[in-house]
Amino acid sequence: MNKNLLHLAKDVTSDNVLKEPTRKGFGRGLLEAGKRDANVVAACADLTDSTQIGLFAKEFPSRFIQIGIAEQNLVTVGAGLAAMGKIPFVSSYAAFSPGRNWEQIRTTICLNERPVRIVGSHAGLYTGADGATHQMLEDIALMRVLPHMVVVVPGDSLEAERATLALAADSRPAYLRLAREATPVLTTEKTPFEIGKAYVYEPGEDLTIISTGTMTSVALKAAERLFKEGISAEVIHVPTIKPLDTTTILHSVEKTKAVLTIEEGQIAGGLGGAVAELLGEELPVPMKRLGVQDVFGQSGKPDELLEHYGLTDKHLMLAAIELMTRKGK
Amino acid sequence: MATEKLTLEALELKANDIRQDIIRMLEHAGSGHSAGPLGLADIFTALYFDVLKHDPKKPDWDMRDLVILSNGHCVPVQYATMAHAGYFDKKELLTLRKFGSRLQGHPERIKLPGLETTSGPLGCGLSQAAGMALAMRMDQVFHRWIYVVMGDGEQDEGNVWEAAMLAAKYKLNNIIAITDRNNIQIDGPTEQVMPLEDLKAKWESFGWHVMTIDGNNMETIIDTLAMARAIVDKPVMIIAYTIPGKGVGYMEYDYHWHGAPPGIQDVPGDPPKADQAKIALHELRTLRGKIRGEHE
Repeated sequence: MNKNLLHLAKDVTSDNVLKEPTRKGFGRGLLEAGKRDANVVAACADLTDSTQIGLFAKEFPSRFIQIGIAEQNLVTVGAGLAAMGKIPFVSSYAAFSPGRNWEQIRTTICLNERPVRIVGSHAGLYTGADGATHQMLEDIALMRVLPHMVVVVPGDSLEAERATLALAADSRPAYLRLAREATPVLTTEKTPFEIGKAYVYEPGEDLTIISTGTMTSVALKAAERLFKEGISAEVIHVPTIKPLDTTTILHSVEKTKAVLTIEEGQIAGGLGGAVAELLGEELPVPMKRLGVQDVFGQSGKPDELLEHYGLTDKHLMLAAIELMTRKGK
Repeated sequence: MATEKLTLEALELKANDIRQDIIRMLEHAGSGHSAGPLGLADIFTALYFDVLKHDPKKPDWDMRDLVILSNGHCVPVQYATMAHAGYFDKKELLTLRKFGSRLQGHPERIKLPGLETTSGPLGCGLSQAAGMALAMRMDQVFHRWIYVVMGDGEQDEGNVWEAAMLAAKYKLNNIIAITDRNNIQIDGPTEQVMPLEDLKAKWESFGWHVMTIDGNNMETIIDTLAMARAIVDKPVMIIAYTIPGKGVGYMEYDYHWHGAPPGIQDVPGDPPKADQAKIALHELRTLRGKIRGEHE
């Protein structure tokens, strides 16, 4: 599989690339899902516009529930809706849902096997000026450990749209992680998306860069710079953290024998954690995880924050060069 | 469809049988909560043998009324009542809390048909009921009632009041909540641990129709539930005053029996542990000596 077969957008590493927040794609996807299936319903905890669930609410007011600022209620009402055969999407900021209501999600959704789709917007450092309280960095880890839970982190707005439609058609509890800020649109209408599949966005030989969410565009930029340095990096975009596409990852790492992961969240328990668990057991190779290193965020512009926390193509390139040295030994 | 209706006297005797099974189950399990389930036996008997529209042989019947046990630790009373109602064989009651059992220590919907949700962690039954009621309204389904049984200590949880606001906002009148007001929680009397009073005023101020009753009086329970179904503009909260440990003298009103089964520990002033279950069963069989037990 390569770029052409995946119908990726052209010039995705240029500065002129089209940008749009992933939450916008979710808003469109949910509206479409609502048109396709009358059982799709939505609830929100007083963040209707910013989580983009408002598009659905406006079109289907009788299928939308305004919960107020009550995230524990948000997900448990979701469990009740699912109990009666509805297909609920419940949204808030990721810091609050699933940040505040983890036990309710565990008991009434996962253990109880009720397919509620929990939509956490404004995740990661891209939340920017709001500061550490609102920059959710631990959500992937929190959701990943729950049995039965699917964890999806779209790489761009179009993928978020497709992921939303896929989750509406799926019958498992799920977490959909979204970002506030506009990020490059890497895919096109024709790009495939399937829950549980990882995609090789850039084929390479020397090392594998595994990325998720907003960091995939950074990974593609880094691969381009590495190519100029004579290093051939394979970039695997992992929009589904759980279930992890172990086949695609192992297939790549068998070839490259070196792995970098990058994500806009804590390295503990997130994508890097998931990949390290897999490779530690199946295929130990030199590896480095890029992400937030066991600290909290702070206010600032997204670019300043990504630079400060080491999540730019430059950081990725330097890490790759260092990793190639380790691999060479 | 529904189980054949019993007379008031028969219902009272049924509740007494259910209490005996609760004692046997808990003694056999060696752990679990005693006081709450004993106190709730009359309410559960009323629900399953008089009030509910249900079919024990078709637990997924799509027009059934729903019972949400929000205070999941009281599930022995629900298991015992369900077995008596015919959901499963009474022999299975003695598997409570054992490895491989469908009767988990706290109720799991996936394990046992007839349970509507999974609970134990407190405070989230009412909000699930609200979600169910909202879904029914979207589907224009009427005359399906959702009975939510809640603890009083449980109402320390914020999630309860989030749900209270939501149910009132949407006027979810097919929710009938029943608070088991037995005044105890694990660490002691509710009014010492975290005062709840004025509980009636709290629920009323949240927009609910509130009734207070003797939760161990069968006729009152049944009449009140009938009245509750006639309230059309608000969700209904029935604050049911029950005697924790009801029917077993040494357990009644004593918070030490909130989280303990008979036969495990010596409690000062109570029978020695070896005799606790025996004495409890004797008291229940004989209605505290008022009648001679058939097996005595």
